[in-house]
Amino acid sequence: MANRYIANTSAEQREMLRTIGAASIEDLLTKIPPKARLSRPLALAPALSETDLIRHLRALAATNADADRYVCFQGAGSYDHYVPSPINHMISRGEFFTAYTPYQPEASQGTLRTIYEYQTMIAELTGMDVANASIYDGASSLAEAALMAHAATERMEVVLARGVNPLYRRVVATYCDGPGIRLRDVAAPDGVLDADAARKLVGKKTAALIVQSPNFYGCLEDIAAAAELAHAAGALLIVVADPVNLGVLEAPGRLGADIVVGEGQGLGVPMSFGGPNLGVFAAKNELVRRIPGRLVGVTVDADGQRGFVLTLQTREQHIRRAKATSNICTNVALCALMATVYMALLGKQGLQRVGELSAAKAHYAAEQLTKLPGVTLRFPSPFFKEFTLRLPKSPATVMSRLARKHILPGVPLRPFDRTLGDCLLVAVTEQRTREEIDAFAAALAEVVR
Amino acid sequence: MNYDKLVFELSSAGRVGFSLPDSDVPGKPLAELLPKKYLRGEAAALPEVSEFDAVRHYSRLSRMNYGVDTHFYPLGSCTMKYNPKLNEDMARLPGFARLHPLTRPEDAQGALQLMYDLGQMLAEIAGMDAVSLQPAAGAQGEFAGVLMIRAYHASRGEKRTKVLIPDSAHGTNPASTAIAGYEVVEVKSLPNGEVDLDVLARAVGPDVAAFMITVPNTLGMFEPRIMEITEICHAKGVQVYMDGANLNAVLGITRPGDLGFDVCHFNLHKTFTTPHGGGGPGAGPVGVKSHLEPFLPTPVVVKHDDRYALDWNRPKSIGKLQAFWGNFGMLVRAYTYIRTMGADGLRSVSDNAVLNANYIMKRLESEYDVSVPGPCMHECVLSARRQKKQGVSATDIAKRLLDLGFYAPSTYFPLIVEEALMIEPTETESKDTLDQFCDAMIQIAREAQQNPTIATSAPVTTPVRRLDQTRAAREPNLRWSVPR
Repeated sequence: MANRYIANTSAEQREMLRTIGAASIEDLLTKIPPKARLSRPLALAPALSETDLIRHLRALAATNADADRYVCFQGAGSYDHYVPSPINHMISRGEFFTAYTPYQPEASQGTLRTIYEYQTMIAELTGMDVANASIYDGASSLAEAALMAHAATERMEVVLARGVNPLYRRVVATYCDGPGIRLRDVAAPDGVLDADAARKLVGKKTAALIVQSPNFYGCLEDIAAAAELAHAAGALLIVVADPVNLGVLEAPGRLGADIVVGEGQGLGVPMSFGGPNLGVFAAKNELVRRIPGRLVGVTVDADGQRGFVLTLQTREQHIRRAKATSNICTNVALCALMATVYMALLGKQGLQRVGELSAAKAHYAAEQLTKLPGVTLRFPSPFFKEFTLRLPKSPATVMSRLARKHILPGVPLRPFDRTLGDCLLVAVTEQRTREEIDAFAAALAEVVR
Repeated sequence: MNYDKLVFELSSAGRVGFSLPDSDVPGKPLAELLPKKYLRGEAAALPEVSEFDAVRHYSRLSRMNYGVDTHFYPLGSCTMKYNPKLNEDMARLPGFARLHPLTRPEDAQGALQLMYDLGQMLAEIAGMDAVSLQPAAGAQGEFAGVLMIRAYHASRGEKRTKVLIPDSAHGTNPASTAIAGYEVVEVKSLPNGEVDLDVLARAVGPDVAAFMITVPNTLGMFEPRIMEITEICHAKGVQVYMDGANLNAVLGITRPGDLGFDVCHFNLHKTFTTPHGGGGPGAGPVGVKSHLEPFLPTPVVVKHDDRYALDWNRPKSIGKLQAFWGNFGMLVRAYTYIRTMGADGLRSVSDNAVLNANYIMKRLESEYDVSVPGPCMHECVLSARRQKKQGVSATDIAKRLLDLGFYAPSTYFPLIVEEALMIEPTETESKDTLDQFCDAMIQIAREAQQNPTIATSAPVTTPVRRLDQTRAAREPNLRWSVPR
């Protein structure tokens, strides 16, 4: 039967074969040796009509506890933030979402201009000189930053604060294995970097010190102090930051960061079960020729008119091959476009508002929840929109009891850190209402009572 | 007059494009909640525009792009096929798009089932035993594959330090291999792009970990001796990696696993219709034979008695590649596509992709040099060396095509073909479109003979004319700032 995604009719196929001078399509496949051929049809589930397929996928989707049907207090690197309506409309324009990487700049000025805007906005938020066009996600951005620091300093160790998201630390370990970079962890007994312990580990072998702020536990790190510590040893400071917070939190670049990376999902990208995300990557000018991934720059055309192109491409795999600064080719351009439209819409005031609302609601939630018997804040350090609660009942029990009330109360920390087996990581964004927070507290009260 | 604004240039202090509620919770202002040292000293200079300002601006910018929806995109090696609208709708179902990645598996059964089933389908399509959906793109799939090969050799106590890669390979192959800690050894191909078996036989040895090749190769040709190639490698303990960029040519016809490959990756944004998005996101799942399964990235989606879970207990795993489980939104799109097509539909995809490429090659063979005599698979590589002698390069031809309403073929790749024009039409294009494209290519060839400046001064109909790349690199301007 004819297929709606294949244009040629059988009459057209015959006509084309006649032009080619072949009797059949089989005649075009003669270079494939017979013993290499699959002698049966692929064993796949039967094709479904559009209506049946929609029914099937809706049924699958309906079994998931999504943030429309459940009240989401989960974070740990993916957040339920406000997504203004125009974002989806803009990225759905076929000229954007069905375009390729802008290697033919004259026919790709739309994409190139949005990337240039994105680079500018990210550089501005992070307080850095230059941002790239994106990496896959926050974790792979951090891994690329570690590799870049290693290449720039020719040093073989990277020191990571324990407050760096453990899932990110695992990705860094994967990427650092090839070059043989040694990873060293600094404890965070109070939820933040132990500066004395760090000072002992950061030395002349250290390529970079990595801190995250707010960190995995929600606590704010002293970035300026970390920068001083790293720089005293000739190491770079890499800061992991969530750009959506940087409407109100100080830009890491102003505090001494050499490289800023992070997960940009909060900038208008759906959570989508963890991907695609948006790897943000920004650095100081001195490092520009070592930056991984694509960069867009300004130039002029044959008539002297302003135009935009991919530039400094001699860093990249399609030119430099085995000597490229990274293997990245495909990035997450469409997610970067979502973030660009988001940052344009939210602008100077909106991003501040998102930060103020998130912080206010998170602190209100922490206050309400810690009124319950046995529920305390695990760490004394200041937090922003996320905090670690210690619970008198097992977090797993809390999760399942609250799920019945359609509340996703947070992320249990046991799988990430055995010493935090009684802890729950709670994120509160501007999306949460007082009513939802009060309902969470009331539901938790029933469990811990 | 062309539109030449950046969003910053539309900004007007005090304008807003968002709607956020007033705070409904009691509490102190931020300046009292947090010590001052954490707070931003100076507001970020983001634009201030209305919602409509932004919508019109980005709509106008979109019109400065060619996309598959609007233009034929014969980019070789990129498989720029139609991206079905249904895929987009399905990926946006709240049960998928609004699902938090750390939702308990019991509350995410539908998402895990989709991932599990997609993994099974890809394994069947490639003849592999197991698949990881975690790699975010083809290059990350390559990286994962090479790391698994490395872990496999290490588990057998073998120290192998080199990976062989043909000179016709995609640039990501050597780049991914290098960051995985291997020395890359380039292997010279035969003039027709095929692997030189004598060269290969001499190159494989106890220090070689893997041979990494693209099938069909980057000249659009199937390696006729592929099974000998994998045998030569295996005889020396060398693992064989297939770059799956060209999988669109062989769906249901032949399978990497049956050809003897140990690892292959899939580009869901090529073969399986997820959109390219102006450069991404993609998805690069990686398939392996059973001996490599213990090394797959963590976690792996598993099924026990109709329940799905994430298996984290993988002591031999190469680790994690991204924070979560993969580019799930892309996985939903690919799953939707495969379930739309079924086995017959996928086979028909490759048949028509091959037919369309051969049709273009035939129609253009009198005006352009064919790099290797046909039949080709899903793409054909022409050379503009004849036109070059007339003063018209592959770049000029590409730019002229933009004026005639087509995106350009891939140019100067593969590197082993002079003035290469790599054309991949895909199965979703009709004979009418192919004819229009071929007519345009023939017109350009004739113009080259009569008046080369038409091509060398192209494009003239695009929003900007030919751009000065050298200037962009010499004085990098990578961010906007307020003009002085």
